Amino acid sequence: MTDIATQQQQIDDAIAGFIAKSIAENPVVLFMKGVPDQPRCGFSATVVQILDHLGVEFAGVDVLQSEALRQGIKAFSDWPTIPQLYVNGEFVGGCDIIREMFQSGELKTLLTEQGVATA
Amino acid sequence: MGAVAQSIRAKLSAAFSPTRLEVEDDSARHHGHAGSRPGGESHFNLVIESPHFEGLNRVQRQRAVLAALAEELAGPVHALSISARAPGEAA
Repeated sequence: MTDIATQQQQIDDAIAGFIAKSIAENPVVLFMKGVPDQPRCGFSATVVQILDHLGVEFAGVDVLQSEALRQGIKAFSDWPTIPQLYVNGEFVGGCDIIREMFQSGELKTLLTEQGVATA
Repeated sequence: MGAVAQSIRAKLSAAFSPTRLEVEDDSARHHGHAGSRPGGESHFNLVIESPHFEGLNRVQRQRAVLAALAEELAGPVHALSISARAPGEAA
């Protein structure tokens, strides 16, 4: 392997480690564009609004801070778009899925079952 | 209908034999946003109903639709909103 390939692998491993740590340490994590107080994409903003509406505490991770993270989260979940919501380490879905689950009441049920407090 | 919308429609029809298929070009509403293009056809809303989705969860359904449209997503399409249902399911 060339040095550049080795370095890229080290970056990928570090990013995967960061993602794994984020979802292990926080019950609810949203990988998003921008931060919860200032989303920089309409789809991310929608999911933030839903989580706020349900009174869920969550950790927001801004993928725009790092191109490697932005690509890494897509590889991690095998999901091509952002935002991405994780609950207790499990990938739940992106904006469409979260919106549908919110509208049908399933999201609140899932969060309750997973022991995540909602208001 | 634009060329991209036609291509989306053709690929979804071939992959899922849908019982209902709506392809709406939503680009105008995203004018000036990231990924918007002068000719439109960058943002789409899809509603697809197909027996292929029975027994699949939401994540699996979206993955299947996105896989069928990989070429469009790698090219002109910046964002897709997808509602994928099996026949008989509530909207």
